[in-house]
Amino acid sequence: MTETIQSRHIPASPEPDEAFPVIIRARDLCLHYGQSQALKSIGIDIRKNVVTAFIGPSGCGKSTLLRCLNRMNDLIDSVRITGLVEINGEDIYSPEVDLIELRRQVGMVFQRSNPFPKSIYENIAYALRLHGTRAKTELDEVIERSLRQAALWDEVKDRLHTSALGLSGGQQQRLCIARAIAIRPEIILMDEPASALDPLATARIEELILELKQQFTIVIVTHNMQQATRISDETAFFYLGNLVEFDKTSKIFTNPTNKQTEDYVTGRFG
Amino acid sequence: MGLKRGHRANPFEWIVERAIFLIATSAILMVFLIFLFVAREALPVFLGQTNSSLVQEVLPVAKMDTLSPAELQKYLGLTPKQFRELDRDAIQALMEVKLEGASELTKDKDAAVNTTQWRYMLLPHQWSDYDHPVFIWQPVSQIHKYNIIPLAIGSLKLTLVALLFSVPIALGAAIYVSQLAGNRARELLKPAIELLAGIPSVVLGFFSLIVLASFFQNLLGYQVRLNSFVAGIALGLAVIPVVFSIAEDALSSVPRSYTQAALALGSSRWQTAWQIVLPAALPGVFAAVVLGFGRAIGETMVVLMASGNASIVSWNIFDSTRSVTATIAAELAETVFGGHHYRILFMLGTLLFAVTFLSNLAANRIIRGLKSKMEGKR
Repeated sequence: MTETIQSRHIPASPEPDEAFPVIIRARDLCLHYGQSQALKSIGIDIRKNVVTAFIGPSGCGKSTLLRCLNRMNDLIDSVRITGLVEINGEDIYSPEVDLIELRRQVGMVFQRSNPFPKSIYENIAYALRLHGTRAKTELDEVIERSLRQAALWDEVKDRLHTSALGLSGGQQQRLCIARAIAIRPEIILMDEPASALDPLATARIEELILELKQQFTIVIVTHNMQQATRISDETAFFYLGNLVEFDKTSKIFTNPTNKQTEDYVTGRFG
Repeated sequence: MGLKRGHRANPFEWIVERAIFLIATSAILMVFLIFLFVAREALPVFLGQTNSSLVQEVLPVAKMDTLSPAELQKYLGLTPKQFRELDRDAIQALMEVKLEGASELTKDKDAAVNTTQWRYMLLPHQWSDYDHPVFIWQPVSQIHKYNIIPLAIGSLKLTLVALLFSVPIALGAAIYVSQLAGNRARELLKPAIELLAGIPSVVLGFFSLIVLASFFQNLLGYQVRLNSFVAGIALGLAVIPVVFSIAEDALSSVPRSYTQAALALGSSRWQTAWQIVLPAALPGVFAAVVLGFGRAIGETMVVLMASGNASIVSWNIFDSTRSVTATIAAELAETVFGGHHYRILFMLGTLLFAVTFLSNLAANRIIRGLKSKMEGKR
C-alpha cells in the first residue's frame, strides 16, 4: 500500500514543454500476472519526438509497461490490466479500439531481431500489404525509402529478394526497424533493441535512433545505462513495479532526486 | 597425477551405451532384412524367371515306365512326399489328366503366353474372347492375368480421395489448435484428434462397411454401395491424426518471435497464422502430408473392407476398386508357395515399398531445399 502511495507522488513528467507535447499518458496503470503484480499504479507522460528510456533492474516492469503501450500483453491469458493509457488523448484500452490500427500507429522492435523467414523485400512488403498498400510501384518506393531510413539500403539493395535470415544480426535488427517504420507509426517501442548485438552494430542502431527521433516518438527499454545517456532525452527509472523517478536524462544520471535511483545509476545495485 | 585415464570411468555405463547402440542398429537391420526377404521372393519376377505359360511338354502315358521316379515326380509337379504316397494307378490317372488338359488348352492361343512378363503386367493386351486390348488382373482364372495397372489405379485413387479429404481437415485443425485456440480448447482437441490414431483399422473398416457406406449411399444416391469414395473417406479418418500431429508440431515449433512480430505490425491472429506461421512451418507441414500419403497407400484393412475389391480400370470414385495392399492381403494365403502368383504378390509388395521409400526420399530433398531457401543459404 505504501508503495502505491509513494509512486503517486512521483511527477508524471519533467517540466512541461510546449515544443514537445505529451503523446502517451498513463494514469494509475496496474498490471497483474495471475496473482503477482508487475506494475503498481504507474503514472507517466511521454512526449512527442523525444527519446524516452526505461531503465531498471530485471523484473522491474519496464518491458511490461512498454508492452502495455501497444497492447501486446493482451496475448497472455492471465494478464489483468487496470488504469488508463491514452495515446493522443484516446483510451487505447477502450473496447472500441481497433487493435490493428493501434499497432499501426505504435510500432515495436524486439530484443531479438525477428525478421520473417521471407525475403528482405517481402518482410517489409508484408507490413505494407497488411495496411492496404498493394501497388507494386508504391511498394518498391516505400521499401526503398524505409531501408534507406534504416541505413540498410546500400548493404542489401542487390539482394532484396534473398532470405532475410541470411543477414547478420545487426542488419536483421535494422531490417526490423525498417519494417516498423515502413507503415509510418507515430511511436516506436524498442525493447532492448541492441542487447544481442556487438558494439559496432549497437553503435549503428543508436545512430539510427537519434536520426529517427526527428520523425517518431521513441520509447526504449535498455539495460545499458551508457546507452540511455547516449540516446535518450528523458529517462524513467523503475524498481519492483514502481516508477521511482522520471526526469531529464541528464538529471537522472547526474543529480537524481531519489536515493534508489542514485544507487542504481551509480552501479551500487542492479 | 596425469590426465590419462587408467581405467574406464564406469563399466556399467559402457555396457548400457553399447546395448542402446545395438538396439538402435537392430532397427535399421530389421527394415533392411524385411525388404531383403520381400525382394528375394519377388526376384524371379524381376529377372524374368517365372513362367505362367500353361503349355508344357506332355508325355504319353506309356512313357510312365521309362522315366525315373525323380523325373516323373517333377513332370507331375508333386513334392517327394506326395509322390511317395501315390500308387501306380493314381500316377497313371494323373498322367492321363495332364494329357487331356493339354489337348484342351492348346485350343486357346493365350495358353502359351507367359503372363508374368512385364509387357503383360503393364500394357493392355487383347486376350482371346475380348474385342479390344484391356488391363486385367485375374490371377486365378484359367489364364493367369497379372496386369497390375487396375491395382495401381485403385491404390492411387483411394489415396487421392483420402488425402483430398483428410489433408484440409488435418491442416485446418492443426492451424486452429496451434495458433488460434485458447488453452482449454487446445487441451481438449489435441488428444481427441490424436485418439483417432488409436482406432484399430479393422474397426474403422467395419464402421465404414456398415455405417459410412449406407450413409453416403443414402446421401449421394450412387449405385455401388462399396466404392473408392467410401473407402477413401474411411482411409482419410486414419490419415487425419498422422497429418494433424506432425503438422501441429511443425506449426507450434515456429518461433514465437515471428508471431509477435506479425501481431506487433498489426496482423490479425488469422493473418499471422496463415501468412507467417504456415509458410514458416511449410517444410514440416509438407513432411506431414508425405507421411499421410505413406499411411494411405500402405493401409490395408480399411480398404479391403470398404472398397468393394473389384479390380477394374476406372477413374470414377463411385466405382468399386481394389488396391495393391488389399490384393496382397486377400490373395497371398491362397497362392501356391513359390508359384508365379505368389511371386507376383511379392513383387507388388516390393513396388509398394519402393514407392513409399522414394516418395519419402523425394520429400526429404524438397524439405531440405525449402529450409535452406528460407534460411537464406541459397
